[in-house]
Amino acid sequence: MATILIPTPLRQYAGGQSSVDATGSSVSEVLASLTSQHPALKNHLYNDEGRLRSFVNIYVNDEDIRYLDKEKTAVAAADTLSIVPSIAGGAA
Amino acid sequence: MSLTAEELERYSRHIMLPEMGAEGQEKLKNSKVLLVGTGGLGAPLGLYLAAAGVGTIGLVDFDTVSVSNLQRQVIHGTKDIGRRKLDSAADTLLDINPNINIVKHELALTSENALAIVGAYDVVADGTDNFPTRYLVNDACVLTGKPNAYGSIFRFEGQASVFATEEGPCYRCLYPEPPPPGLVPSCAEGGVLGILPGVIGLIQATEVVKILLGIGQTLAGRLLLYDAMNMKFRELKLRKNPDCPVCGTNRTVTKLIDYHQFCGMPKEISALEVKAKLARKDDFVLIDVREPHEHQARNIPEATLIPLGQLPQRMLEIDRSKLVIVHCKSGMRSAKACTLLRESGYPNVLNMTGGIDAYPAS
Repeated sequence: MATILIPTPLRQYAGGQSSVDATGSSVSEVLASLTSQHPALKNHLYNDEGRLRSFVNIYVNDEDIRYLDKEKTAVAAADTLSIVPSIAGGAA
Repeated sequence: MSLTAEELERYSRHIMLPEMGAEGQEKLKNSKVLLVGTGGLGAPLGLYLAAAGVGTIGLVDFDTVSVSNLQRQVIHGTKDIGRRKLDSAADTLLDINPNINIVKHELALTSENALAIVGAYDVVADGTDNFPTRYLVNDACVLTGKPNAYGSIFRFEGQASVFATEEGPCYRCLYPEPPPPGLVPSCAEGGVLGILPGVIGLIQATEVVKILLGIGQTLAGRLLLYDAMNMKFRELKLRKNPDCPVCGTNRTVTKLIDYHQFCGMPKEISALEVKAKLARKDDFVLIDVREPHEHQARNIPEATLIPLGQLPQRMLEIDRSKLVIVHCKSGMRSAKACTLLRESGYPNVLNMTGGIDAYPAS
């Protein structure tokens, strides 16, 4: 079971949890396991064509999957996945 | 410019640091830092950079202080409510350190003015609150070669990095595209722990000073994530994206673009311009997307009332061959209406900024 860290803006779609355990041996399998546990997350992670949204970055441990094997990147049970969406807050 | 006797005393705890010395302190004195926004992040940035002796601090803001700012914008006080943030911030900073020079830019950073403003400084600290300005600041920093100490906050969570150094990645390398409007809530909608911008703003301030002095290892190439709720700092690797449109090898963005459009936000027109267009009897359609009771209380006689909730069903009432200007009370609902109209194939749609609240009474 890999651990997925859920960022603050998305916790409301993951039952308020800051981390979720999910099964799978690749990023796409682990995210599929996550969205089957929390279907409300799907729309926030994927666009209508089923591709990961471009303002949502996924990291396996501290590496951006765009520079690994993208969604085919292998995930081991001890790995931590981070979902890091863009946030803009600062002044208001 | 060298240090005065008062400054040697004032900065003595800096000067005794071997990494800094009087030479480093002089560097700070001769440095210019631009703070974009004097709000949650700009407040701690300004306070500590002024105290540290950064010689010139430029402030960009056009807002006034309101009571709901004071929970986190510690550069302003209760006595400042209603004042221009620039004046309030400058007074506080000059009280802390009268030796420094404050430059007030009372404006919104735009594609027209950003290069000239950013170009006049050594380092930028981005403390804005919206995606169009984030991308504008990033691109302006890349195009002028100015490092950007970046910080961003939401609820209990913050991000910090350093972008647009000579070798390092930029904000677009991290996020090539912004989220569509409405999908990511702002602090005004989602709330924020008041202390959070203090933590993130001071990480930015630390990076600014290190960049100016050329010491230590900055956050360039790293994204620092801070989770206040679990009190955890984490670090992710950031790479310069070779395909980045603004800092990659085949650059397609070589000048500043329309960032509202880039972020999927409607183009805007001021309430005054709308009034002038009506007076000239220009050919356009004005739509009011408020509720009937709001329309009854006050309306622009030339506007057609179609409440936002009814817009999808009643869209055909709007002539798509004409320029369509949409207004509501303050500009938020009309922005959603503009997006809806544009997605439905209306080519020429403008959002009236500030809504009817900004429309002059006749």
